[in-house]
Amino acid sequence: MKGYLGIDVGSVSTNIVFMDEDTHVLESLYLRTNGQPVVTVQRGLKQMRSQLPANTLVKGVGTTGSGRQLTGIVAGADAIKNEITAHAVAASHLVPGVQTVLEIGGQDSKIIILRDGVVADFAMNTVCAAGTGSFLDQQASRLNIAIEEFGDLALKGNAPVRIAGRCAVFAESDMIHKQQMGFNLEDILAGLCEALVRNYLNNVGKGKEILGPVVFQGGVAANVGMRKAFERALGIEVQIPKYFNVMGAVGAALLAKEAVSRGVPTRFKGFSVADREYKAGSFECDGCPNLCEVIEMAESGQVIARWGDRCGKWATALAAREAAI
Amino acid sequence: MKVTFPHMGYMYVSLKGMLEYLGIDVVVPPPCSKRTLNLGVKHSPEFACLPLKLNIGNFIEARELGADTIMMAGGCGPCRFGYYAYVENEILKDLKIDYNLVVMEPPEKHIGELLGRIRKITGNRPWLQVIKALRFGFLKAKAVDEIENLSYQIRPRELVKGTTDRALEKSIDLVNEAATPTALTRALAQAKEVMAAVPADRGRPALKVALIGEIYTLLEPYSNVNIERHLGYLGVEVERAMMLSQWINDHLFMGVVRNLPSSDRFKKVASPYLNHFVGGHGEETVGSAVWYAQQGFAGAIQVLPFTCMPEIVAQSILPKVSENTGMPIMTLIMDEHSGEAGLITRLEAFIDLLQRKHEQKEALTS
Repeated sequence: MKGYLGIDVGSVSTNIVFMDEDTHVLESLYLRTNGQPVVTVQRGLKQMRSQLPANTLVKGVGTTGSGRQLTGIVAGADAIKNEITAHAVAASHLVPGVQTVLEIGGQDSKIIILRDGVVADFAMNTVCAAGTGSFLDQQASRLNIAIEEFGDLALKGNAPVRIAGRCAVFAESDMIHKQQMGFNLEDILAGLCEALVRNYLNNVGKGKEILGPVVFQGGVAANVGMRKAFERALGIEVQIPKYFNVMGAVGAALLAKEAVSRGVPTRFKGFSVADREYKAGSFECDGCPNLCEVIEMAESGQVIARWGDRCGKWATALAAREAAI
Repeated sequence: MKVTFPHMGYMYVSLKGMLEYLGIDVVVPPPCSKRTLNLGVKHSPEFACLPLKLNIGNFIEARELGADTIMMAGGCGPCRFGYYAYVENEILKDLKIDYNLVVMEPPEKHIGELLGRIRKITGNRPWLQVIKALRFGFLKAKAVDEIENLSYQIRPRELVKGTTDRALEKSIDLVNEAATPTALTRALAQAKEVMAAVPADRGRPALKVALIGEIYTLLEPYSNVNIERHLGYLGVEVERAMMLSQWINDHLFMGVVRNLPSSDRFKKVASPYLNHFVGGHGEETVGSAVWYAQQGFAGAIQVLPFTCMPEIVAQSILPKVSENTGMPIMTLIMDEHSGEAGLITRLEAFIDLLQRKHEQKEALTS
């Protein structure tokens, strides 16, 4: 079997998908990053290898997410792309004709406007984390409910309580007040979903023309309460694609396919990457008062990448090799 | 008397050149760094913008090197910057750091007003010499701008990543070291040779993107997380709406130098969207977006410090400009964060968008 690997290394989760040549997703993995991107990717690749038939041939690899550069170097990627492009590519592949992508992940949220299959505009949350997955996570655990139940409970609320959604800190204290006044949990949760959607549309989606079909993806799309709140606010049906929580990885695999279609052989180092030893080290450069923390990645004892320096002194020392990746 | 001033990109080259030409002792603050920012943040009001915090840091670090007089620009109008020199001086006084403060405010009517303020620093030196020094400082600013503009063209086309940055640094140093106008002419020629020697594929087509917005965050690379460099690495040719020599000519010389691009070209085309002064460079920012769209640029990026009122006014108008002209515009707000990953992600996605749009257009026309 032949196909493509897509790896999305985000702040909260690391997702890996395997896609066959006809772009069907055959396997997908959703792992917690736990602050150790390289180890997580190695673990994921090992798991992927065991799930795929032994004669599998990887024709290309794509990486995305905030850990894309690092993972790209470790795995040997053919396409290293930012998550906005990756998400847009995946959405327009799975939902042809999509015009708006709402994406809410662990630490960030974004909106992507597509016209004629091409990204026409986008925005990402800048200075505010209210409305992202980790805030919902935190509130769920404060109320002692499993995050999986959050959405269903919110759906049961028929009189959503008004909650200040502009800032995560305001939202939390407002929720506590409403709780103490005796509102029931379902209505508070429904109110929270509405507040977050309002904040998202005002903050991330401000000034954007939201036209259907609308796709909602990212980890938070699992929350049916959020989906309903979006539908109510927008007045349009909101679709949730089948692979909503691994869309970045799907996009990365599609981009890898595109990259190798130009006839270049893949740079993938093979699943054996999972067994190699990677060591990250760091040192403080004392060349100027910035005292940059320079990070080094070594593969089997040999330095393969450096980054973290503002001036580029260390990063460009390996530039010739980086250009090859 | 040892004179210092805040950093704003390569402005130090021009100011140092001008003051040293008059035989005045100059202390250039150490380049903006994490330490500068930490010192500034610690002693500034939380709600002030990034430029003020970096200024304070610069002054504290310059004092450590023996500076006793601050020379700083002021301004008038609703932007807070007009008061910064005075506010900063008060903060420094509270810290028991006493400086003499000389504020170079743009003349309201006549260039003579500026000369009067300059007298405070130049003392009894003959006017002719002062004017020569001003001219020399201006020539240095022009030389630096010329070199920077070269780097914008070369960086996206360089063959080995980082070579343009090194050549740029060397070229600026050459200009910085020149002590007389004759030496400056020679240094500039030499600097251009250094830039020309960067191995690059000069014919390679590159997307053109304009950097527009607030002057400090445009000019000081520490405050904009090296945005020009990152765009260059992504293969994009940058044009900066605000260059130092242009600003000096527009605001301090009242446009006495002819044949230099002026911000008037932006104001003229801003009018369908915004036709009066909103403080700072808000009006110019709106106008520059229109102007660059007319010049056929692929996109524009607005940079501003967090809490900058004039630029927020402009930001809310830019979507309309973008809609009418068809040129995508992205806004980036700068504050204390020094992590580059978030910035790079946004830049990359924006450039992807421009690239795909460009390809579509090519396909339609061919």
